[in-house]
Amino acid sequence: MASSTPVWMILIYCTIAFGCAAACAFAFRTAVIASMPGQVSKLARSMPLSASFGALIILIYVFVALFAPWIAPFGEREVVGAQYLPWGGDYLLGTDDLGRDMFTRLIYGARNTVGIAFATTLLAFLGGAILGLLAAVVGGWIDELLSRIVDILMAIPALIFALLLLTIFGTSIVNMILVIALIDSTRVFRLARSVAMNIVVMDYIEAARLRGEGLGYLVVREILPNAAAPLIAEFGLRFCFVFLSISALSFLGLGIQPPTADWGSMVRNNATLITFGDVTPLLPAGAIALLTVAVNFVVDWMLHRASGLKE
Amino acid sequence: MTKTSNTPLLTIKDLYIEGRADETWSGIVNGVSLTLNRGEVLGLIGESGAGKSTLGLAAMGYTRDGCRISSGSVTFDGTDLVGAPGKTKRHLLGSRIAYVAQSAAASFNPAHRLIDQFTEAPVQHGTSSRDVAAKDAVDLYQRMRLPDPETIGFRYPHQVSGGQLQRAMTAMAMACRPDLIIFDEPTTALDVTTQIEVLAAIRNIVDQFQTAAIYITHDLAVVAQMADRIKVLLRGDEVEEAETAAMLASPQEDYTKSLWAVRSHARTEQPAADRAEMPVLSVQNVTAAYGPIKVLHDVSFDIHKRRTVAVVGESGSGKSTTARVITGLLPPLEGQVLFNGSALPPNYKTRSGDQLRKVQMIYQMADTALNPKQTVGQIVGRPVQFYLGLRGQALRDRVAELLNMIELEPGDFLERLPSELSGGQKQRVGIARALAAEPQMIICDEVTSALDQIVAEGILKLLDRLQGELDLAYMFITHDLATVKAIADEVVVMQSGKVIEQGQKSAMFTPPHDPYTELLLSSVPEMDPDWLTDLLKRRADDANAYSKT
Repeated sequence: MASSTPVWMILIYCTIAFGCAAACAFAFRTAVIASMPGQVSKLARSMPLSASFGALIILIYVFVALFAPWIAPFGEREVVGAQYLPWGGDYLLGTDDLGRDMFTRLIYGARNTVGIAFATTLLAFLGGAILGLLAAVVGGWIDELLSRIVDILMAIPALIFALLLLTIFGTSIVNMILVIALIDSTRVFRLARSVAMNIVVMDYIEAARLRGEGLGYLVVREILPNAAAPLIAEFGLRFCFVFLSISALSFLGLGIQPPTADWGSMVRNNATLITFGDVTPLLPAGAIALLTVAVNFVVDWMLHRASGLKE
Repeated sequence: MTKTSNTPLLTIKDLYIEGRADETWSGIVNGVSLTLNRGEVLGLIGESGAGKSTLGLAAMGYTRDGCRISSGSVTFDGTDLVGAPGKTKRHLLGSRIAYVAQSAAASFNPAHRLIDQFTEAPVQHGTSSRDVAAKDAVDLYQRMRLPDPETIGFRYPHQVSGGQLQRAMTAMAMACRPDLIIFDEPTTALDVTTQIEVLAAIRNIVDQFQTAAIYITHDLAVVAQMADRIKVLLRGDEVEEAETAAMLASPQEDYTKSLWAVRSHARTEQPAADRAEMPVLSVQNVTAAYGPIKVLHDVSFDIHKRRTVAVVGESGSGKSTTARVITGLLPPLEGQVLFNGSALPPNYKTRSGDQLRKVQMIYQMADTALNPKQTVGQIVGRPVQFYLGLRGQALRDRVAELLNMIELEPGDFLERLPSELSGGQKQRVGIARALAAEPQMIICDEVTSALDQIVAEGILKLLDRLQGELDLAYMFITHDLATVKAIADEVVVMQSGKVIEQGQKSAMFTPPHDPYTELLLSSVPEMDPDWLTDLLKRRADDANAYSKT
C-alpha cells in the first residue's frame, strides 16, 4: 500500500496536515483571546502560532486523559474480538495482540502514561527545586554535600541506573515513579541551584537577610518568584524526558505492567505488525512524539518570554 | 574629497529617531538639528533618557536594535549617512568617525592584547601596515600619558586599570586619525582623581590633532572643561545651545537654569555633637579582612543623633567594607561596633530583631535592591509587618503614610512593580523600606551615584528633611565631594582601609588639608571652563617646585 504512494502525494498530504495544524492553532488562539478575561487574553495575544498549536494539543491530551472512560468505546482491559483485526468497522483502529480495541487502549494510554509522567515530574521538581534553592541560600557544607551527591548520581548513565534500581526494588508503578523522580531531580537540582545562585547575590536578598528573615521566607517569597520562569520552562522539558523514560522502560518491560494500557508497551506488543506493512504500532509512538513536540513548542515560547528576548 | 574649512563636518537636520516598545513606536529623539565644524568639540548634556547616546550613535548613521531613524538627515562631510549603503558606512566608521564608549572594560575584547586591538582598524581600512600602526600606537600611548608606552600595549585589558583602559581606548579611536570622535560618557565610571587624568589626556589629544568631537555626559562641570559649545537635551528635544562660556554665564531656559542650580543645595552644618553625649553608633578600632587580605586597619569613628557622617574615598578605600562590618555581614577581626553604648554582636545572624531593626541600609543600585517580583506595597509593607507586627488596615495605613513621607502618591504607586518606576522613584522606595523599620540610623551606600543630578538633588533633600523629622543618624558613603558638601555634618576620609582624616565638614573644606584630602578636593570638577587648565598648571608647578628642592 504505502510503497505505491508517489512522493508528491506524500508532500501534498504533509502540506495539508501542516495547513490544518496552523489553521487549528490560529482558530484556538483567536478563541482564547475572545473568550478569556484580561490577563489570559493578553498572554494569548503574545503567543506565536507554534505555541498556540502546542497548547491546543496539550489541552486535547488532558481532556482525553480526564474523560477516558466516557470517550473510549470499550473497557481498558476488555478483549473484544480476534487478534490483529484490521482498521474499520466496530474497531476504529483494529485490535491488538490479545484482541483488545486499539483505539480504546490508546485513549487509556494517555491517562496512564501522561498521568504517571506528570506525577513523576512533579515529584522530581519538588525534591530537586527545594534542595537546589536550599543549597544556594544556605551554602557552606550543606551545598557541598548535596552537590556532591548529585554529581555522583549524575555520573551513572540514567537508563542503566533506572534499570538497575528497578531490578533491585522490583517493578511497580510506585517504584518506577520514585526511581525516575530521583534521577531527574538531580538535573532539576543543578538548574535550581544555578538560577538561585544568581539571585542570592542581589541586594534585596541581603536586605531581607539583614532584616532577620527566616529561610522559608527567603526561599518562598524572595527567590522563588524570580526563579519561577526558568523553572517552569524546565518543567516542560523535564516532563518530556520523564515521559520518554517511562515509555522506554515500558518498552523494555520494566515500566508500566500489563494489562494497564501504556503507549510504550503498546509499541512493543504490536511490533510484529510492522513486518506486514501495518502502521498501527506506530500510532502510540506518534502520540508520544506529538505530545513531546507540543510541550516543547510551549516551553520554547516560555523560555523566550523569560529571557526577555525580542525578535 | 576636498577638505574645505568653511563647510561643516557634520550636519544633522531635523532628526527623528523612534524606539519600539510594547509593539508601538515612540519618539526618542524629536527633531534635533546640529552642526559641527572641523576641530570643534560639542558637549551634549541632559538627564538619562534625554536621547544623548541615541543622538551620538546617530551621528555615525547607526541606531541600536529596536530603534529606527524615521526622518531627517545626517550628513558627514558631504555623505548622507541615513540612506547610505552598508559599504559606505563601513568605509567611514573606524577610519573617519570613531566612538569611545562609557565602559572601556566592556568594550575591549578580553582575549586580545591592547596593541593587537589597536592595529586592527588601520590594517582593516588599509591606511597602514601592522608594524607602522604598532609604532603609531606607542606614540599615541605616550601622548595619552600612559605609563610605559613602549610595553603597555602588550598587556591584556584586565592587566591595566580602568582609567588607563579608557585612555587606551581613546588612543585606539585615534588610530586612523579620524575627523570626528564621539565620546559617550567616557569618565562617568571613574573616580574623581582618575577622571582628571583621562579628561586632561582626551583634551590634549583632541587639541593636537584638531579632531572634532561630540562629548556626551550628564556632568556639567566636565562638559564645561571639554566643549566649545554645549547643547542641552530634554526627553529627546533640544532645549538650547550656546557657546560654553555664554551657556555657563547666562542660561536662557528654565530647564537649563535648574540643571545649573542643582549644585547649590547645601545643608547648614549642625554644630559639633557634644562629646559627652552617647553616640548612636561608635566604630572602635575595627580591623577586618576578606580571607587573608586585610582591607580595614584600625578604623574608628562616631555617629551622633541627627548628624550625617560622610565617609569619603576612592573605590577600594574600604568605605563599603566598613558598612558591611557595621551591618554584621563581615565580622571584624579586631575591634567592635557599639550601638547606643552597647556592643553589637559581630555577626548579623546572632543579632536580635531589635538590633537589626535600628540600623537600616539604603543601597547604591536601586535596581538590584528591590525584588522585581514584589509590588511597592509588599516591599514597604514587609518590614512593618515583620518588625512591628501590624496587620490588615493598620498595615495599609502605615504603608500609605510611609509612601506619603517619600512623596509618592499611595493610590498610584502601591500596586506598581519596580520595573514600572523611574530610577529616582526606586531609590525613594528603598528609602521607604528603610524607614518602615523605624530605625535610629541609616547607612546610605552611594545612594545618589547612579542617579542624574536633578533626581539626586531630590533624594538628598528628602533624606535631609526626614532626618529632621525622625531624628535619624546617617552614615553616608560616597566618592562624590559635591554630595558631601550638600549633606554632611562630619566627614571621614578613607584611603586603603585607613582613616586619613576626620572632622567637621567646615574644617575639612578649609585648608590646611592632609595631602590625600587635598587631592580629592582639588579633583572635583568645577563649573569654570578654565578649571582643568588652571589645575593642571598648578599641579605641574607644584611638581616642579618639589623636584627643585
